Amino acid sequence: MKLITAIIKPFKIDEVRDALTGIGVMGLTVSEVKGYGRQKGQTEIYRGAEYVISFLPKVKIEVVVSDTEVERVVEAIKKAAHTGKIGDGKIFVWPCEQAIRIRTGEAGTDAL
Amino acid sequence: MSTIARGLPVAALCGLIASPALAEGPGKIDTGDTAWMIVATAFVLLMSLPGLALFYAGMVRKKNVLATTAQTLATTGLVTVLWVIVGYSLTFSGGGDLIGDFGRFLMGGLTVGSIHPNAKTIPESVFAFYQMTFAIITPALVLGAVADRMKFSAMLWFMGLWLLLVYVPMAHWVWGGGFLQSDGVLDFAGGIVVHINAGIAGLVAAIVLGPRRNYGHDNMAPYNLVLAVIGVSLLWVGWMGFNGGSALAADGRAGMAMLVTHIAAATAALAWMCAEWLTMGKPSVLGIISGAVAGLGSITPASGYVGVGPALLIGLVAGVACFYASTAMKKRLGYDDSLDVFGVHGVGGIIGTLGAGVFAASMIAGPEVKGLWFDGNGKQVLTQLKGIVVCLVWSGIVTWVVLMGIKATIGLRVTNEQEIEGLDLHLHGERVE
Repeated sequence: MKLITAIIKPFKIDEVRDALTGIGVMGLTVSEVKGYGRQKGQTEIYRGAEYVISFLPKVKIEVVVSDTEVERVVEAIKKAAHTGKIGDGKIFVWPCEQAIRIRTGEAGTDAL
Repeated sequence: MSTIARGLPVAALCGLIASPALAEGPGKIDTGDTAWMIVATAFVLLMSLPGLALFYAGMVRKKNVLATTAQTLATTGLVTVLWVIVGYSLTFSGGGDLIGDFGRFLMGGLTVGSIHPNAKTIPESVFAFYQMTFAIITPALVLGAVADRMKFSAMLWFMGLWLLLVYVPMAHWVWGGGFLQSDGVLDFAGGIVVHINAGIAGLVAAIVLGPRRNYGHDNMAPYNLVLAVIGVSLLWVGWMGFNGGSALAADGRAGMAMLVTHIAAATAALAWMCAEWLTMGKPSVLGIISGAVAGLGSITPASGYVGVGPALLIGLVAGVACFYASTAMKKRLGYDDSLDVFGVHGVGGIIGTLGAGVFAASMIAGPEVKGLWFDGNGKQVLTQLKGIVVCLVWSGIVTWVVLMGIKATIGLRVTNEQEIEGLDLHLHGERVE
């Protein structure tokens, strides 16, 4: 199993969710986060005063899938979250040792 | 103007004392004028509470919303008491060139039947209250320039001293029989006394206190602009009493003053909106409401003297010029006038005061008023300029002296910790959620 973590633009979350549902992903966890990448935030101007946006709002998706699904899921996220502009985000793939469904006690890919 | 107590029964007074005011006749209450001025007085109070309180509170960050509201509330209380004790007397009693007298100390002599010589068709109670509402909103306006960083105690000292040392003399000079009134300076409802006065004081205060912590780095965007929109809407409507009431009568001039006030506000709101749209890419809500206030402040001295054409022009110029002053100019000069008191009120007041000199028309304001455009009296523009310069110099210098005095004694600014964590919690022990 692998844990896939993706940091994406907030307005892309619905498209990503639809894409993942479309390929059979049964569930995912979403959180609102802030951060910066290579663009290092932005300098904006409001009413004649400059200010620096150090951390931009992003959405973090976490989803655990079986090893055979990883490529399709990564592709789906990549395609759905893509705008081609700076700040589209990143996808990370992690090894995941175990998964357990609390209600039934099922473990491994059965719990996904 | 009479220096005697005017509260004595008028009939008894006539028999006892001869004075210049009485020579003009004692005045007769007009119920129409009185009815309108009672309403107008309530309208101007509405401009401060809740108008200005909401306008300012809506433009600061969440942690300072209550502290900003508290400034307007406390100033209303403080100015009211000081106005009763000496403010009214020093402004409107005695015709000295420089200052009034103590003849009306504690509003002595004000009775149900008394009439002030400046307003012969309404009860003195209404006149004194109407003028009080102007004395309330002017110092409260200044505080926008130092929002987010002034100690509450320092703010109260500043307001009290500023009222007595800056507002009262200015109001006396322009409206109470002082030297600017004798010179023929036109200021119908307070372009000089209220807006330039508050504007330059705000600029000086912003410079003396210094910028907010991390100004130019942190995002200082307003917490809740809806509050500010409600506040400006109340100011806009209340301004009908501010300018429309300054005729001190319910007549055609009052109606014209109201009409041009609304026209200038609407025009300036549009002008600021378009200027911001063209230069910054977006027409911000803050920009539209700021434009409206700029138009209202600008037409204030000219209302009562000008017609609808000049109102459109004054609104247009005010919208664009105040936008520039509150954004590019402020940025270039580097001062942090938090809520743009100078950019909106100071610059707007100057535009309108000059506009009054250019466009004042005898056909609107009566034969004794002659402006440049319609009556060919270029001298009026110079007279207006004198009023502007006197106000900039007096208000600027005295504000600086008062603030340096407070700085040297109790200090002006909150601590860094208080500023970072917010004035609401640290100064008032409360916060909004």
